[in-house]
Amino acid sequence: MMGSQPERFKSKFRGILDIPREERFVSGHRLCAGCPVGTVMRMLTKVAGKDSIIVNGTGCLEVSSTPYPYTSWMNPWIHVAFENTGAVASGVEAALKVLKAKGVLGKDVKVVAVAGDGGTFDIGLQSLSGMLERGHKVMYVLYDNEAYMNTGIQRSGATPWGAWTTTTPVGKKWKGEWRWKKDIMGIVLAHRVPYAATASPSHPMDMIRKFEKALYYTREGPTFVHVLIPCTTGWRFDPALSIKVARLAVETGIWVLYEVEKGKFRVTHKVRKRKPVREYLKLQGRFRHLTDDDIEYIQKIVDEEVDRINKMAGEEVIGPVEA
Amino acid sequence: MAARGEVRARPKPMSTNSAVAAAVKDLDVDVVSAYPITPQTTVVEKIAEYIANGELEAEMIHVESEHSALSAALAAAATGARAFTATASQGLALMHEILHIVSGLRVPLVMSIAMRALSAPISIWNDHSDLMNARDSGWVIYFVHTAQEAYDTILQAYRVAEDPEVLLPVMVAYDGFVMSHTVEPVVTVGRENALSYAPKRPFPYKLDPDNPVTMGTLAGPEWYYEFKYQQVQAMAKALEKAREADREFERRFGRGYGVMECFMCEGAEALVMATSSYATTLKAILPEMWRQGFKVGLLRLRLYRPFPIREFTEYTSNASSLVVVDRSISFGAPYQGPLASEVASVKVKEGLDFNLVSVVAGIGQRKMEEEDFKALVRLAWEARSRKYPETIFYGVRE
Ligand SMILES: Cc1ncc(C[n+]2csc(CCOP(=O)(O)OP(=O)(O)O)c2C)c(N)n1
Repeated sequence: MMGSQPERFKSKFRGILDIPREERFVSGHRLCAGCPVGTVMRMLTKVAGKDSIIVNGTGCLEVSSTPYPYTSWMNPWIHVAFENTGAVASGVEAALKVLKAKGVLGKDVKVVAVAGDGGTFDIGLQSLSGMLERGHKVMYVLYDNEAYMNTGIQRSGATPWGAWTTTTPVGKKWKGEWRWKKDIMGIVLAHRVPYAATASPSHPMDMIRKFEKALYYTREGPTFVHVLIPCTTGWRFDPALSIKVARLAVETGIWVLYEVEKGKFRVTHKVRKRKPVREYLKLQGRFRHLTDDDIEYIQKIVDEEVDRINKMAGEEVIGPVEA
Repeated sequence: MAARGEVRARPKPMSTNSAVAAAVKDLDVDVVSAYPITPQTTVVEKIAEYIANGELEAEMIHVESEHSALSAALAAAATGARAFTATASQGLALMHEILHIVSGLRVPLVMSIAMRALSAPISIWNDHSDLMNARDSGWVIYFVHTAQEAYDTILQAYRVAEDPEVLLPVMVAYDGFVMSHTVEPVVTVGRENALSYAPKRPFPYKLDPDNPVTMGTLAGPEWYYEFKYQQVQAMAKALEKAREADREFERRFGRGYGVMECFMCEGAEALVMATSSYATTLKAILPEMWRQGFKVGLLRLRLYRPFPIREFTEYTSNASSLVVVDRSISFGAPYQGPLASEVASVKVKEGLDFNLVSVVAGIGQRKMEEEDFKALVRLAWEARSRKYPETIFYGVRE
């Protein structure tokens, strides 16, 4: 399935039971009930293991997980600011590299950067680009809840068309966000990174293997995992439904699970028959104001995107919408 | 004075920028992260050369901005490396957010500043607007007045910054162009001596998987204040440690500066307070002024943060007047020279009795020649018996 890689990456994680029991992102944090980013960090740190330094940009995750004098992080963890996650990760990596070369540090330590969509698509794009371009051996995890959630649901470059946010409100003239989500994966891939992937908490094994693979490929350079994080508060849905919303994003083809490994594109989770986007949209208050025409418009754009994906894959990996 | 160990005594011609780079090399800095800006750039070019030639084993991070330069340097120091960066003007302004984070995280780091004016209008020339804009960011700040002192002070800076009782970042500032690009004889001490004087003391709370820390947390109203107060205490400690670092430097290498210098103060009735290259020029003209009967001394501010009140009080005790020369403007302030404002506060705090004159000069490197410095000396003399309540904007066309 993975094509013919010369030195093939082999996953340690065949099933749920292979995930380490040891907790490295622990309870007691202040994330909203139902926020999947805690779950994702739990999995990420289990995969990364003890010998990893976490760099976290400002945002919900950072403030919720480190209310002094408490912390949820069992790994060494640093937060500096909002727009510099890439630069901070670069500095950590460069220090590890030189300290190892000079014999001060005796072992391999990995660097994992974590930042939100605002901190990645927008204000942190420059520092991310610098980190990618210079080839620092860092795995960068983008947790994308599609708005500036920490400051109260303002739109970001990741906010999808039609979404209500506090800075794209629904009124007489405005009907929510009117621009499409920025193609951050395209931007990252333009830096020719050895590995980049999309993931969703609804498909944990797929996500875990991508974290593992992304860490593996840091031996060659920077890697990137873009994780969709449905936000119960900002997207306006019942906190019990986060994983369901994430799954619907995949099942409707709005969120395609893929990876680009050494330039080779592969959809990691095929969807034989797609659900209509309406099923995803209707669960979320941020899309409540959309008319049938609006929903049809979104469906059309998603259909086109699915076409593009299928062309790239060279086969129908995402099927048609179920009637 | 006999120095311990082998000190290469033969001076080499160096610009202040080169002297800074030589210090970075001798201190075996591990990570250098910097972005080009005139007039700082040749510091980083020289360091790049050292690394390229294998004279310094370091990682150079070719960052895409000063904001990232300081962020990466901070991160490297937080990981246990000895880190360095350098900047000026717009670059220092762009770092502003991170300046406060470095000091707040108590990460020891040294940065050189080739001081330059701030836009707008854009000016690549020298004044102190950039440095003054950063003075309240919690960094220890030195002004240096020769290339030799720049080299020596970078060594002292690491010793102070990395002291476990201090743990504060340090800026070493000097005049752009006037010093950064002019050549003077400089004696270097070599790596062995440099490292023996300032041995590497990595950040004690570094990012270490075997001893994990959470660094850069959220602190609510019940905690934040204590974090900041600890910085206040660290600053007080830095003053002691800076004095000690200079004494020890003098003992080892035969060159000492004090945290504040008073030049030709013996018997002086009036003083001019100046920093960096203005102090150097004043040193050159004062002997002649004394011969003409102007018994005026130079008070050279070297350590600026923390402010050496004790030395200041001692040196000004016999002066009837003090002209404070500022190289930047605090627009709309009671005294529009920021140093003059501070001196006014020390005057009140310590109950000092001299006539204070605030002079702003050399903005955007407006020409200041020997005659102009002599005019400042005469002004100080005049001010013994005359008050100048308003800031004097010397050399401006109205
Ligand atoms: C320079 C700067 N600008 C603005 C802010 C305010 N701010 C803090 S977090 C945040 C939003 C973070 O959004 P995102 O990266 O999407 O993460 P999320 O909070 O949604 O998890 C903003 C705007 C800041 N901390 N720093």
